[in-house]
Amino acid sequence: MKRVGPSGQRQVRLRHKTVESERVLPGSGLSGSPGGIEVFPRPEKIRIPIGSDRDIVKARQEGRRVAGELGFSSTDLVLVATAISELARNIVSYAKTGEIDIRPIVNSAHRGIEIIARDEGPGIRDVDRALQVGFSTSAGLGMGLPGVRRLMDEFKIQSNFGHGTVVITRKWKN
Amino acid sequence: MEVPILKQHHYLIATVQTALSDADLLHLRNALLQRVGEFRSRGVIVDVRALDVLDSFASRTLADIAHMIRLRGAETVIVGIQPEVAFAMTQLGLKLEGVATALDLEEGLSFLDKRVATGTAKLARPVSFKR
Repeated sequence: MKRVGPSGQRQVRLRHKTVESERVLPGSGLSGSPGGIEVFPRPEKIRIPIGSDRDIVKARQEGRRVAGELGFSSTDLVLVATAISELARNIVSYAKTGEIDIRPIVNSAHRGIEIIARDEGPGIRDVDRALQVGFSTSAGLGMGLPGVRRLMDEFKIQSNFGHGTVVITRKWKN
Repeated sequence: MEVPILKQHHYLIATVQTALSDADLLHLRNALLQRVGEFRSRGVIVDVRALDVLDSFASRTLADIAHMIRLRGAETVIVGIQPEVAFAMTQLGLKLEGVATALDLEEGLSFLDKRVATGTAKLARPVSFKR
């Protein structure tokens, strides 16, 4: 009798706890998904093939839309769109064709947007020089790459002379 | 997308209404250069209020328009650059140097009125001159 009593109580308590936790779960599921990672309505990458000046417009409009969905400020939307425009223009001017990938990203503290410009064009012989303001091998103003670096928060370039260029750039939401 | 160009007295007013590709911008430049002669215009206003991006190519083309129109004997003023666009342009190092700008269409018109006033007065004289 003595044993049955406490064990019966225990079972009740356990059941009660279970019920409680079941009741809590749906609520916490609504207030924020576990881990806080799946917060984007559209986490997938968007790829825009670049082959003409029309594609430059398309790429920057897509970038602006994605950044807008992420809640970037109106100033940052313009900075992101302008950076994409310059990157896409570099592809058209130097490599003729390539692609721009746009995707939402997240780190421990912020959401952001990542833009990757990729081409299989002639590549850049001297990347350090290409990043200097005023340097340009085309008829441009030489604002392209250093300009993009100033517009964005992170900037990385990898160029294989004769084989193409990849620019990875990110902007974080404040 | 072609930019509509309106003739208003001595002026031409080009109002950009959608995003412009490079080809559209060059088309606008050529159309303005031609019409400024066709209509004997004294001033040109390019309203870029609707543009959400003015990158290096667009800036250079706007500057080209202003300089080419000046060589044709008329004045150009760019109006309606949005605050965010101005911020991005400055970050990119684009200053539109040597190009007149004004807040909006109204300011642009009054700028041109001041700029071409003396020329208009000189032109008016021979018309009333009779013997």
